[in-house]
Formats: sequence, structure tokens, C-alpha cells
Amino acid sequence: MAAGTESIGTPAPPKLARAPHGERRRVACLALAVACLAACASPVPDRGDSSRPVTRIVSLVPAATEMLFAMGAGLRVIAVSSFDHYPPDVERLPRVGALLDPDMERIIGLRPDLVIVFEGQVELREKFGQARIDVFVYPRPTVSNILQTMRALGRRAGMPAEAQREASAIEQQLDEVRASVRGLPVPRTLLVIGREPGTLRNIYASGGFGFLDDLLTIAGGANAFGDLKRENLQVTTETILAARPDVIIEVVASQPWRPADIERETHVWDQLGSVPAVRNHRVYLLMGDAFVTPGPRMVQAAPKMAEVLHPR
Amino acid sequence: MTTGTRDRGSEIGGTPTAYSIRRRLIVATAVFGLLALVVCLAAPLVGPTPIRLARVFDRSIPFRDNVDAQIFFIARLPRALAGALVGSALAAAGVVFQALLRNPLATPFTLGVSAGAALGAILAITFPLALSALPVPAVPLASLAGSLFAVGIVYALATARRLGLSTHVLLLAGVTLNAFFSALILFVQYFSDQSQTVRTVRWLMGDLDVATYTPILAALPLTIAAFVAFAWLPRSLNLLAVGADAAASRGVDVLHTQRLAFFSASLATGAAVSLGGPIGFVGIVVPHLVRLLVGADHRVVLPSSALFGAGFLVACDVLARTLLAPIELPVGIITAMIGGPFFLWLLVRSR
Repeated sequence: MAAGTESIGTPAPPKLARAPHGERRRVACLALAVACLAACASPVPDRGDSSRPVTRIVSLVPAATEMLFAMGAGLRVIAVSSFDHYPPDVERLPRVGALLDPDMERIIGLRPDLVIVFEGQVELREKFGQARIDVFVYPRPTVSNILQTMRALGRRAGMPAEAQREASAIEQQLDEVRASVRGLPVPRTLLVIGREPGTLRNIYASGGFGFLDDLLTIAGGANAFGDLKRENLQVTTETILAARPDVIIEVVASQPWRPADIERETHVWDQLGSVPAVRNHRVYLLMGDAFVTPGPRMVQAAPKMAEVLHPR
Repeated sequence: MTTGTRDRGSEIGGTPTAYSIRRRLIVATAVFGLLALVVCLAAPLVGPTPIRLARVFDRSIPFRDNVDAQIFFIARLPRALAGALVGSALAAAGVVFQALLRNPLATPFTLGVSAGAALGAILAITFPLALSALPVPAVPLASLAGSLFAVGIVYALATARRLGLSTHVLLLAGVTLNAFFSALILFVQYFSDQSQTVRTVRWLMGDLDVATYTPILAALPLTIAAFVAFAWLPRSLNLLAVGADAAASRGVDVLHTQRLAFFSASLATGAAVSLGGPIGFVGIVVPHLVRLLVGADHRVVLPSSALFGAGFLVACDVLARTLLAPIELPVGIITAMIGGPFFLWLLVRSR
């Protein structure tokens, strides 16, 4: 690969032209923002350095950490966020805060040549700009953004072929899931991403935006609140009773839940007896990081969703 | 309500005849009671989804198949009942605290009850125990425990220095405890992950979507106990409002009254917050509006506020459910949107 020709600011590949308008604009903004930052952060003499593959990466985004390890660039990661727990190798790395409490001093002290931050960490990006440290912005996660990010990270970390291979493998697995549900009925699905344990209070559902909504579509389900193009929204028992979903999928990060807990939490829904999902015992509690971390492991979520959406 | 405004100036010392007070009490409770009843009956009929009342009560359709009935009995009726309970408890507690502290700006949350409740709730959200360790949801329980903890601290401080209950220390300790607990809440927040932060913020906004009758039944005995205590208070509060010494000279057991007022109002607040979160402004706007209409005699103000508070909060919750449907607005935001400007108007008007 000719290092000089690669830059994070390259225009979005033509594949993205089919993406919804908002998403395309977001990617464009991201590309622009990163291009600006890259331009600001590296004055002319450093120009050569910033296009050379990075070797000292600080990742504040667990999903990006997973991507780097998945493509074999794990040894270039020198520090991670306080929420990083996968792969197990990260446990030996220093932790430098997270979304709300990044430890600027420690990060600079580690002399990174790339820091991966969340889209919302605008002030942090400015600070790194002043410190002349390159920043990679992790965009709001949709499936296509995740794959795109993986390839872009691969280019920065000097592993473009490996990243490409990983991303294509994910794409292929998703295509397999898509093919396995083709022609099957598409159940209306309520995708719950948060709830007060033991009650039906403060229910948050996935709207029609984000990687979970994408995965649900791939797995052959139709989001009951897909019309609202938001990553999450609070829904009430009334809106659920009125929406009448055929399936309820509740996703939770891995926790040491016992079978009794899962059983109890599933039965919390029993009081909404007129909802088809409840009546037909199609309330599913799916557990695992795959459902909450928008990284390479998200691919494991799609077949699990397909399995409960289309039982044999 | 005209009788209320006519003799407002003379009634604080308890001069109006028993007859006129009784008549005003009857008129006020009838009017506010009717208002609360109408709002509570109408609230379950209003919502983002149209339902037919005939279908709701149609016994020929089994309940599990009757969407209209489920929306009515599961989604809406518990909310209306919770709103009525929380609204009346907060409004009545506001009246009692304003009299006890002799401060029109006092709210049910002034003495740290809600901050203690919030700290308890947030600890339960951030450090969840094993799920099945408790038979009841942990958050309301923890918030109740937190509010009782705060009440205990404030009371201990207010009685520590000398005999009696110093309302000055009570007020200062409460305000300080509020600030201190808020800082602790932020400290705990620092250890929570993103989803826990969302839940915490949501809890702090206040919410009445209880979804079942269980939490209402759990809060009911505490609220009833508080209201039974309130029944003893109005006459003494009238005298306390003039001053502790004046009240004592007229035969009021000042310490006993203060203690009863403090604990009963705190209990009502704690129960209300554990059910609906810290819903603001109800405890200050409702009492002032009621005083404007019926005068300052606590024998009328206290029951009227309790009834009006119920209707007010249930009406606010209807707005919360319908304004941006199907997206739900937190009811605490509605009460603040109505209560804030109203209270400012009240301040300007009284000059």
C-alpha cells in the first residue's frame, strides 16, 4: 500500500450513495471533520508522520478497540477506556477514562500518535488538536458505519488488507443471515434496549436508526417503532399495547444473570396479555456484548435474532 | 370562594367564627374534590391511542383479548391513581413545610428528603444487587430508605444543640444536605455506565408510568399515615404561623406540633418520591394557588391543596402522555414548565 495516498479524508465509497440521506450527511460531516482535524493537528513539517501508519493508539471507544484487535493491530493499542473488557488482552493495558472522564494528562503522557474518541467528545478533540495529536472520530454506529470505520481504522493502523478481510467476513456473515430469512414472514418486533428491572417502567426501545435496528432488519424483523428515526426512545405500556408487536426482543449486556432472573424478567411482560408477542410466548431476552457493543462482534447478534424471529 | 377573600386579613389568628370556617371548608373541599374527581375520571379516557369506553367495560370480550380494556386498566388508570396520590401528598406536604418553616418558599424537597431519595435510587441503579435478592423492585425501596435517612440526619441536627426543634437549623441543615447529597449523586454518577446514567437522569425527571398497581399499594399506607397526622395539624399550624412563642402562649405544644408536622410531611414526601420520582413545583405552586383562592387558614388550605394537587398532577400527566405521543414527556418537565412561570407571576403580582 502506498502510505502517502491513503488519508482518512477520502470521499465516501460509492456504495454509501444508497445510504439514507441523514447517514450519508453524517458520514460526509465525519469525513470533513476528521479531515479538518487532521489538517489542523499536523502542521506542514509533520505531514509525513500523519500519513504513516500509527503505532501508538489510545482508544476511548471499546468497539474500536475490538476492531483493532480483530484486524491484528492489537499490539499497537497502548491504552483503553475504563469500559474496555474485550478481548481479554486489554485487561493488561492502562485505562485512561471514558466518554465523560477522559484523563487528558495521562493520554498525552503516553505519547500516542492516534486517539480514538466518540463523536460527541468535541472539546476533547479540540484539546488533542492543540496538543498536535491525531484524532479518529468514531461515528454514530450503524452497520454500514461500523464496517466503514473498520476499513478506515485499518488504513490508519497500516493493516488495510486485514481490516478489509475482517469487514468483508462480517458482511458475508450478515448476507448469510439475510439469505436464511428471505421469503419468511416479517414479524413486527419491539426491540427493547433498557428497562427498570422487575417492572415495565422506563422502557427504552430502539427506533429506526442504529446498528440494532439494522441487525433486526437483516434478521428478518420489522421494527415496531421503525418510523421514528432515532437510536432510542422511551415507550409506555400504552404505546406498546397499541403497537401490538408480534415479537418482543429485549437485549442486555452480559451480566451474571441466573436462569431464574431471566425467567422472572421475561414474565414481567405477562401483564400486557393482549400483545400478540406476550400471548404467543414470543418474548425473548437476548444477552451478550454482541447486542450492546457496536463492534465486530455485533455480527453474532444477527443469527441469534433470526433464530428467535423465525423459530423452526 | 368569595368568602375566602373577604376576611383573609383577619383569619390567621383564628378569629373567624367556627360557622364561617366550616362553610368555607365545605365549599372548598366540594369544589376542589369535584375538580379532582372529574380530572381523575377523564384522564384514563384521554391518550394517544383512541379507545372506546363501551369496549373497555364489555365483559363479553375476555380481558386478555381486549386491547381497549388493557390500555385503560394497565396503561392509564394506574397512572391517574399514582398521579393523584403523588400530587396530593406533595401539595399537602408543601403546605405543612411552608407553615413549619414559616417560609413561603419552602417545598417538600427543601429539607433534603428528595435528595436523600435520589441518592438512594441512584445507588440502587448504579450498584444493582442480584436481581432476585429482593421480592420488590429495588429502586423505590432504596429511594424511600434514602429519604428516611435524610430525614433522620436533618432531625438529629435540628435537635442537637438545644431543647426543642430549631426551624432555622432545620432549614439550613436541609439546604446543606440537599447540596451535599447532590454532590454525592454526581460522585456516584461517575461510576455508572451510560445506560445507568440515562436511567438516573430519567428517574430525576419524575415519572408516573407505574404500569401496575403494586407500587401504588405500597405507597398508600405511608401516605394514609401521613394524612392522618395532617388531620391533627391545621389549628396548631395556624398559630405556629404567627410564631412559636405566640403559639405556645395559646396552649400549643410547639415541639410536639413541629415534630408531628416534620415527620408526617417528610413521610408523605418520601412515599410520593419513591412512587413518582422528584416531581417538582407541585408542592409550591398548588399551595400558593389554593391560598390565593381560599385564604390562609390551614383548616381549609390543607385539604384543599391535597385535592387540588391530585387534580393538577393528573392533568399534567395527561399532557405528558399526549403532547409528543408516541414519545413520552417526563411529567416533571410539564409541572416545571407550568409551575416556574406561574410562580414568577405570583411573585410579581404580590408586590
